[in-house]
Amino acid sequence: MKHTLSILVENKPGVLTRVAGLFARRAFNIESLAVGLSEDPRLSCITIVIDGDEHPVDQVTKQLHKLINVVKIRDLQPDNAVSAELVLVRVAGEGEKRTEALQIAEIFNAKIVDVDRRQLTLRVVGTNDKVEALLELLQPLGVLEVVRTGTIAMGRGRG
Amino acid sequence: MTPDKKMKGSRALVAALEHEGCEVIFGYPGGVAIPFYDALYDAKKLRHVLVRHEQGAAHAADGYARATGKVGVCTATSGPGATNLVTGIATAYLDSTPLVAITWQVRSDLIGTDAFQEADITGITLPIVKHSYLVKSAAELPRIVHEAFHIASTGRPGPVVIDIPVDVALGEAVYHEANDIDLPGYRPTFKGHIKQIRAAAKAINEAHRPVLYLGGGAIASNAAPEILRLAELRKLPVATTLMALGAFPETHELSMGMLGMHGTVTANYAVHECDLLINLGARFDDRVTGKLKAFAPHARVIHADVDPAEIGKNVAPLIPIVGDAKHVAAGLVKELEAMEWPAERTAEWLARIAERKHEFPLHYEDPKDGKLAPQLVIQEIDRLTAHDAIICTDVGQHQMWATQYYTYTYPRQFVSSGGLGTMGFGLPASIGAKIAFPDRTVIDISGDGGFQMTMQELATAVSDDVPVVVCILNNGYLGMVRQWQDLFWDKRYSFTCIDASDCAACPQAPHCTRRGRRAQPDFKLLAEAFGAVGITVTKKEEIEPALLEAIGCGRPAVIDFRTSAEENVYPMVPAGQEITEMIGGPGARGKKS
Repeated sequence: MKHTLSILVENKPGVLTRVAGLFARRAFNIESLAVGLSEDPRLSCITIVIDGDEHPVDQVTKQLHKLINVVKIRDLQPDNAVSAELVLVRVAGEGEKRTEALQIAEIFNAKIVDVDRRQLTLRVVGTNDKVEALLELLQPLGVLEVVRTGTIAMGRGRG
Repeated sequence: MTPDKKMKGSRALVAALEHEGCEVIFGYPGGVAIPFYDALYDAKKLRHVLVRHEQGAAHAADGYARATGKVGVCTATSGPGATNLVTGIATAYLDSTPLVAITWQVRSDLIGTDAFQEADITGITLPIVKHSYLVKSAAELPRIVHEAFHIASTGRPGPVVIDIPVDVALGEAVYHEANDIDLPGYRPTFKGHIKQIRAAAKAINEAHRPVLYLGGGAIASNAAPEILRLAELRKLPVATTLMALGAFPETHELSMGMLGMHGTVTANYAVHECDLLINLGARFDDRVTGKLKAFAPHARVIHADVDPAEIGKNVAPLIPIVGDAKHVAAGLVKELEAMEWPAERTAEWLARIAERKHEFPLHYEDPKDGKLAPQLVIQEIDRLTAHDAIICTDVGQHQMWATQYYTYTYPRQFVSSGGLGTMGFGLPASIGAKIAFPDRTVIDISGDGGFQMTMQELATAVSDDVPVVVCILNNGYLGMVRQWQDLFWDKRYSFTCIDASDCAACPQAPHCTRRGRRAQPDFKLLAEAFGAVGITVTKKEEIEPALLEAIGCGRPAVIDFRTSAEENVYPMVPAGQEITEMIGGPGARGKKS
């Protein structure tokens, strides 16, 4: 099972290296990683997705906690967290393919952000499942390039 | 030091070190370290010991830290100076010893330009430090020093690197004393949870065949008095790891000595047969457990460690306790004191252990080659120092014999590289220990291989007047690797002979890669060349006078003990096997009875 870890770290130079270095040293694989400032400028938020079948999540979290600059870690469960990633996809789009690509884009609420005579670029925001489904549908048209931000996630409010 | 005083960064560093109680720093100067060394020139309280290689500085600081429990401090210049510390930092990391390594860095504006003697030491040491700093300004230097000492010495101790660009040393700082530590992500747990401690106490009270398994955490948390009380309260037989030697007196009837690859028959069989294994501050290392699946197969496991990541890493315990050995042992004592306990519950178990101790003590035979038995040399050191010396070692056969044949009676008495297994550790570490305890006898038990890795530190011992006694168990081989080649590699002694003086007469010559050239230095002459006392011992009857002379002479001394060439360390559990599958197990006698 995939696990999404939300890691609050001190916003200091080299902290990302420490987190990434820890994954390398303990031989944990990262599926995706996204970093940015949090609501507090002294803290950054790192979202990491790992395969929990491959590595005991417990051990990963405990090792992360040992990093001095790591302030808080949450293992976000899908049913009480919201998550999204942003993806840019360039697909071949001539003739009928173009119509089909546009239809798929509409279904997935994707925006066309670039277009020329032969190809078009879609921007979509969504959960990992949605993105995977979109990419699968676009595959027969000819996916030329994909860039993904990696998942970011946040626990749901309890109010 | 007056608070809030303006001064140069380098002086603020000295002030901060002195404020932290640092009394000695081991180091080696260099280009960008000059401002700091200039500040040391005037330092009143801080002693600097000039080593002869930066690796020696790190090991000496580590030896000081292990012997005292205080933070050891070393310093080196940028580039090669800093990279020479790396082995020492990794050694401290693997054994969780409190070390602060101060490295000097090229000017801030030159970082990243491949400047002369520039190396990214915070990057290089990232996987082997508890934490590290690259200092940006003189103003933050005092706070960083205080944080570094706090991090290095609390929780699970470990090394901290402070990398300081030379312009920071020259910049202006306002020195003020501690209290501004800002570590929102660092709050180690010392006290075990009371519910877990109660559950553990209940399990201990109910156990019929308990074993107390102590690790380095027992030493690091200064838990010896609490552990002694705990063991005596429920008559718990005690097995220690290499890192825990001395945490429980080996003269005590409940001591079973060391467990693991070269542990005693009694300790390993007790762990195999026990119904309750109480791990205080150990980490189920592979050198202890052997084949993990077959380790302590009948036991319920209690695991207490100050580092939560150790719990469940290798063995899933029934009762996990996050807390240090001292607090947990004290908590257990308190709970157990209030419980009823019939002594007959473990009587049969204790009788079985006593019987096994009697039946299978450590044992060796007189060597057939007429040379000294290495085990006898250690026994003689033990006898002549009355179990009271601080023993430092290198790594290999001599280290294992030192664990087996010396009787450790108090914590921090045994100073040895366990986790990383660093050859060359012994001599510099012994210098650090002797500086901490000038009135104690400090002995470095080394091999002819390991000694040659850092023997330049004899110059440090001589010039700083640190009278350590180096006992080289000289068998002409890189003995432990040779032992593995002997037992598991068909006696193919590939590059493990380091003394080819007698190839013509050597029975192993046909299987050996060395041919007929003298390779080994004369250690007596070598010691004398350094200005130390040198003694060669070839006969049994020379052991005692040599040791007495070396210990009594008040100068650094080296004794070259010519020991049996092909003696092996037994018992031995081959790597990855069950710990009851011991080579040379049954049929023995010797010390730890």
